Amino acid sequence: MNKQLLHVSVAALVLLAALIVSTTYWQTWAVGDLADKQDNSIQLVSRLTVDRGQILAGGTVLATNRRHRKHGLTIFTRRYPAGDLASQVVGYATEAGTTTGLEQTLDDYLTGANTNLTNTFKEELRKLGGQTVHGDNVILTLRPAVQRLALQELAGRCGAVVALDAKTGAVLAMASSPTYNANVALQPRGIARIGRIKGTCGDASALYNNATQGLYPPGSTFKMVTAAAALDSGAYTPSSPFNDPGYCVEYGQHVSNAGNPDQNGPEAFGNVTLEQGFEHSINSVFCNVGKHIGGLEILKYAKRFGFYSLPPLDTPPNASNPSGLYKNGRLWDPKNNSQIDSGRLAFGQFSMLATPLQMALVAATIADRGMEPKPYLVQKIVAADGSTVAKTAPQMLGRVIKPQTAAELNQMMQLVVQAGTGTTAQIPGVPVAGKTGTAELGLGTIYDAWFVCFAPANNPRFVVAVVVEKQPNGFGASVSAPIAKAILEKLLGR
Amino acid sequence: MTVPLADPYLLPMAALLTAIGVTEIYRLGPAGNAFRQGLWVVIGVGAFSATLFWLQSDYRVLERYKYVFGVTALCLLFLPRLPVIGEPINGARLWVHVGSLQFQPGELGKIALIVFLAAYLRERREVLAQGRLKDWGPLLVIWGAAMLLLFVTNDLGSALLYYAIFLAMLYIATARVAFVAAALGLFLVGSFAVAQGTPHVRERVTNWLSPWSTHTVFCPANGKMMLRQSCQSYQEVNSLYSLGHGGFGGTGLGHGIFTGANGQQVIPDLNTDFIYSALAQELGLIGAAALLLLYMAFVLRGFRIALAATDGFSKLLAAGLSFGFAFQTFVIVGGITRIIPLTGITLPFVSYGGSSVVANFLLVAGLLLISHRANRQEAGA
Repeated sequence: MNKQLLHVSVAALVLLAALIVSTTYWQTWAVGDLADKQDNSIQLVSRLTVDRGQILAGGTVLATNRRHRKHGLTIFTRRYPAGDLASQVVGYATEAGTTTGLEQTLDDYLTGANTNLTNTFKEELRKLGGQTVHGDNVILTLRPAVQRLALQELAGRCGAVVALDAKTGAVLAMASSPTYNANVALQPRGIARIGRIKGTCGDASALYNNATQGLYPPGSTFKMVTAAAALDSGAYTPSSPFNDPGYCVEYGQHVSNAGNPDQNGPEAFGNVTLEQGFEHSINSVFCNVGKHIGGLEILKYAKRFGFYSLPPLDTPPNASNPSGLYKNGRLWDPKNNSQIDSGRLAFGQFSMLATPLQMALVAATIADRGMEPKPYLVQKIVAADGSTVAKTAPQMLGRVIKPQTAAELNQMMQLVVQAGTGTTAQIPGVPVAGKTGTAELGLGTIYDAWFVCFAPANNPRFVVAVVVEKQPNGFGASVSAPIAKAILEKLLGR
Repeated sequence: MTVPLADPYLLPMAALLTAIGVTEIYRLGPAGNAFRQGLWVVIGVGAFSATLFWLQSDYRVLERYKYVFGVTALCLLFLPRLPVIGEPINGARLWVHVGSLQFQPGELGKIALIVFLAAYLRERREVLAQGRLKDWGPLLVIWGAAMLLLFVTNDLGSALLYYAIFLAMLYIATARVAFVAAALGLFLVGSFAVAQGTPHVRERVTNWLSPWSTHTVFCPANGKMMLRQSCQSYQEVNSLYSLGHGGFGGTGLGHGIFTGANGQQVIPDLNTDFIYSALAQELGLIGAAALLLLYMAFVLRGFRIALAATDGFSKLLAAGLSFGFAFQTFVIVGGITRIIPLTGITLPFVSYGGSSVVANFLLVAGLLLISHRANRQEAGA
């Protein structure tokens, strides 16, 4: 009988041991999955009882908390004192647990759930002591005054402004228009109300971050990429000669240059160099460059600049779009030159779409002598007790073009502002390098107006990219360059 | 002390489990619950002392009354099915109401059944072990009773518990693995058939296999289309959320979250069936594992007593009581942690409930009496 007794006792102990195993599964492995479930009301309450960290930029508080007592619990709800200043970047965190923007990607820091051993231990002790958990505060690289100016300059028109620190890649301004007041997103049916904000272009979404998600035909600003390919591959030099009859022949048909605002019909420049072609943004010159080096070569350089991949930014991946050729609404990577209208691609038409951030990064690469800086929004993360949890060290993404190519492009971009299409961006005493873009939308004389620039050109400190959508007779030079100039002046302290 | 040679570890362990239970019940509130539970502990200790006092000379007199225990067990098990006093809670009929008093007779029925089985199997073990066809009678009767119980009370957990106790004791008595295999097979076939025929049991199985639905399903509670986790499997799922929120270290006693943002309690029956979910959240994996180790130690001592006992009845009784204790823990905690379908049953000594506390103190009394006798014989020999 004792043998059977042993068998049964082992069976009983195995059953109880199985309980330890299953409990371990639910309390270690499955914790993340359970916490992510939409209907997890325990997790919801637990989130609300955390004193979520603040989000700050300069001296301005972008996100903070309001403390309430509810059903015997101390709960914290979000408040955005800066209103609409950087809503698309900061995002929002609702009481129901929905998060967007940096509120989403930095959630672990903001809720104090980031797994740093000493930190975890401290927080665990606080929790056991029944004290409120304080999340870490996040300090952004944004400059509130510049951000505010950018929104004022956009003045409700659809578009975006991106300003980067040329040396570090720190994002100093990232304004998307139309914008929304993040406090409205927290209210019942607030998202629906924000959804009704349409902006002047009629089909915008205020929730959308135009700076990273907005896909615009880059127009002539893309000539920076084409010129980079043309010079860096060794196919051309800035003094390579061209003849501009006012059009370029593509598939046996004339593709005219942009219309001259002062005359009827397209401009024709005759004998010019590549440099002059860039200065005056002559489509036929770039059309011929494109036909000669081929669309794939241009795309190869575009990819080195970061096209076809998501920019490495702190915002959620779904709040960014990759730049590149798009076909039927999807990113399209052609495999041979015959699929590409290389001539049109060369001056930024065809089906090329780019985000303002991507174009800013192209200019930053030229400013940084061919090295591309990694953009970042988070300056540092500071624990509630004031100790630094994490600090962003500026990084380079890598070499994109030779220093020589970058220097030549820098020179060409300076000519644009000195005597070419971008003279409206001139700042007395500061050499500005820039490129205009006036992208045709197939809507007659309604254009997307671009200006991408950096200054001072001899020692670049700031990069600015501006796009204003669907401007009737709105050229890069007339609409966007003055905005870029104002932003640069603010950044330069003038 | 009337049983000086009894196992010295069991009572402290039982006391510790009881204390953990009362503490958590007090924490979950309202305060009246902890007071009532305290009263039941006093009654349980009274019953415990009375049992020790009356049976200290020789508890084996119980063998003589085995059929009384058998019939009592059956009556207690089917009591909740009776009209007027029986009351269905959560689709299962487990409770009996007499005036304002409410108790689960199944808890006491379990003890009575173990006493009956120990006596009956001790007497018939040789005959049963021969395995002639006609001797399968009792086995089939018990199987039928368990199935009937499952069918009429919709109580999968208790049926599983009684059947498992019966199987374990049958195996110890007869040493026939074939019996166990056959009985296990019969149970699976039977419970599958019952699950097909009884919507309540079928629902439990569905909730067990896929508690989260991605599309809405019909919710019988309000007649609407809802996600399963918001309706049928609400308890299971929220109990898991409670475990998950506790994580490794727990929230700390008193800091667990059991109330939603709307002020409503998140998990119904938190202090009875789901007290393990509450404890696991507040004490974390460390505390939950320690609690389970305590149960293992208790069961281990119980089986040691069975091994040390010198006569068949004592061995079977100690083994039955220990295995029943272990398996009951397995049924509820296994249900909460999704090893088996969830079914409401109390966590021994810890859950809120008078009948459970009294029954478990009687169980300890039994084990102490057996160990006292075994140790006295050893000392005397």
